[in-house]
Amino acid sequence: MGGDGIIEIRNLQVSIQGEEILKGINLTLKKGEVHALMGRNGSGKSTLAKVLMGHPDYEVTGGEATIDGNNLLEMEPWERARLGVFMSFQYPQSISGLKVGNFLRKSVVAIQGENAPSAREFRTELNEAMKKLGVDNKILSRYVNDGFSGGEKKMFEILQLMLMKPQFVILDETDSGLDIDALKTVATGINSSVGNAACLIITHYQRILSHINPDYVHVLIDGRIVESGGPELAISLEEKGYEWLGEGVAS
Amino acid sequence: MSEETKDLVGDYKAGWHDPENATIRFDAGLSEQVVRDISELKNEPEWMTEIRVKAYHNFINKPMPTWGNTEMLEGINFDAITYFLRSGSGTERDWDDVPEDIKRTFDRLGIPDAEQKWLGGVTAQYESEAVYHSIREDLESQGVIFLDMDAGLREHEEIVKEYFCSVVPYQDNKFSALNTAVWSGGSFIYVPKGVHVEMPVQAYFRINAKNMGQFERTLIIADEGSSIHYVEGCTAPSYSTESLHSAVVELISHKGAYIRYSTIQNWSNNVYNLVTKRAIAYENATVEWVDGNIGSKLTMKYPAVILKGEGAHAEVISVAYAGEGIHQDAGAKVHHMSSNTTSKILSKSISKDGGRGSYRGLVKVGKNANNCKVNVVCDALILDENSQSDTYPTMEILNPTCRSEHEASVSKISDEQVFYLMSRGHTEDESMALIVNGFFEPFTRELPMEYAVELNKLMALEMEGSIG
Repeated sequence: MGGDGIIEIRNLQVSIQGEEILKGINLTLKKGEVHALMGRNGSGKSTLAKVLMGHPDYEVTGGEATIDGNNLLEMEPWERARLGVFMSFQYPQSISGLKVGNFLRKSVVAIQGENAPSAREFRTELNEAMKKLGVDNKILSRYVNDGFSGGEKKMFEILQLMLMKPQFVILDETDSGLDIDALKTVATGINSSVGNAACLIITHYQRILSHINPDYVHVLIDGRIVESGGPELAISLEEKGYEWLGEGVAS
Repeated sequence: MSEETKDLVGDYKAGWHDPENATIRFDAGLSEQVVRDISELKNEPEWMTEIRVKAYHNFINKPMPTWGNTEMLEGINFDAITYFLRSGSGTERDWDDVPEDIKRTFDRLGIPDAEQKWLGGVTAQYESEAVYHSIREDLESQGVIFLDMDAGLREHEEIVKEYFCSVVPYQDNKFSALNTAVWSGGSFIYVPKGVHVEMPVQAYFRINAKNMGQFERTLIIADEGSSIHYVEGCTAPSYSTESLHSAVVELISHKGAYIRYSTIQNWSNNVYNLVTKRAIAYENATVEWVDGNIGSKLTMKYPAVILKGEGAHAEVISVAYAGEGIHQDAGAKVHHMSSNTTSKILSKSISKDGGRGSYRGLVKVGKNANNCKVNVVCDALILDENSQSDTYPTMEILNPTCRSEHEASVSKISDEQVFYLMSRGHTEDESMALIVNGFFEPFTRELPMEYAVELNKLMALEMEGSIG
């Protein structure tokens, strides 16, 4: 996973059950860059996240997505994960009977292969990450996302992010359902993990961006990126909403 | 192993067979003479011969069960089965004295290794009889008796006579009658008052020959205030012809005693596994059946506990995995005969590739049994559309003070769960295995760690190539 960490998305078009959701997305993300993708419900933000991770329900009808030149779209989700793609889920799944500790260790080993830390090193990293997120040790013997509150689920996604050390991080509405304090903690975890990665933050709101400073902000409307800019774009969206951009597209 | 055998064995890892080196092999088929011959060969007391003969006639006259998988049951050809086969020359106390090929088999199954590491005693049965048997000296010196059943009858006839058929009468069902008629091998255990056997003792049952019938008989008596954990494992070669495994297990848990009986049955899918397991629990005694059924062609098994004494407790935790061509008809029976008795049944089944998993359970609470508690949970996981799961839970509660709870669920693995795990670096098969092993976790956590690891590996193997 020591590549240049350049993610290129070119004219990506995606449909689900025959309905076109993404209508030609272009984005380039480099190592160390944080990109925020903003847009209203139904604009296609989460579709982009899932397609990049390889969700089987979506059909890519055109374009490409590569990581250091490797065609992501032809890979199974687990191959993408092993190549360093990580998505924090908007709705993490619960797996009854699978203990968190066991799952984390197994996943890190699956993803990092020979480079995975020893059991002892892993334990140290795990303890540090849990401490940083204020997550109680007891989580390790709970079942994956089973009976977790919304906030616990998001915290657990970020715990995984911290341990898996990806080179391309996709955060799908990680901020939704978090209170101010939890948001701060989550942001600390994210900030500590994305320094060496390219990061795509998908969000409705500007508020997470006051904790994680984006280098670029993109606005997605109806399956197209209609505006890109610096952090100031997020602020004007917060003030003016999406209407002024949406009208521009419609005309 | 020849290539041909390998093909037949497929993913089933215990499916190899050794050449048959029988020292005594009866002709296939059953008659009163066969029953008498078995008894005579073993030089048994007359009362045992008589029970055998009575049981034989009962077996002949009893119709097949009219429930369960009647079609598969009708497929059993009793005339094609060999009812007694002796392979060794006796029961050895040293692995080095066990015939080489048989010893190799148990080596491959990891038995001597497990014995050294974590067991208090081992019985290894090959075909009809035990070929190896040992018990730790410290247990022996505390008066714990752990023998194969044939030796138990020879050396402790009075105890056997008192308890044999006392929990499972031979007339109970067609297969308990058959077992009583032709039984051979199995374990005999007596734990004296107040003695706690800290390490589990294990029996391992291996069928090697084709068309073999294995009819072990196990009797475990835990005297007042004592405790024991007994573990059994079973495997057989994969043949295209059928074998029959029909055991009877009787447990007696006296006042305040504790018996846990754990099974990992992993028969090859040509074995009919028709077993009667039942326990009696006296005052404040506990009996726990931890029952895992992975292989076989048809399993019909419902470990039972009769809660006879006040305050007695029963637990039956079972899992069943029904793969291609397999029907696991398993469950539990508990009879609350006394007040303040409690029972807990947890049954989990997975069906895949056209397999069928059935839960069949019966809980009875007697009229005079006050303040009993009953908890039944059965969960089924169906992995594809060709597979089937059904439940037949029966509750007969005749006392109004009983508190009973019953939950049942049927679920499928969702694509979203698999996608989530795959996004964490696990292949599709690995993801399935993680979900399936998670589903079985409430069961596996009750097993000794070595067994739990083994079971998880086994299920991971079953999940290979399960999608697409």
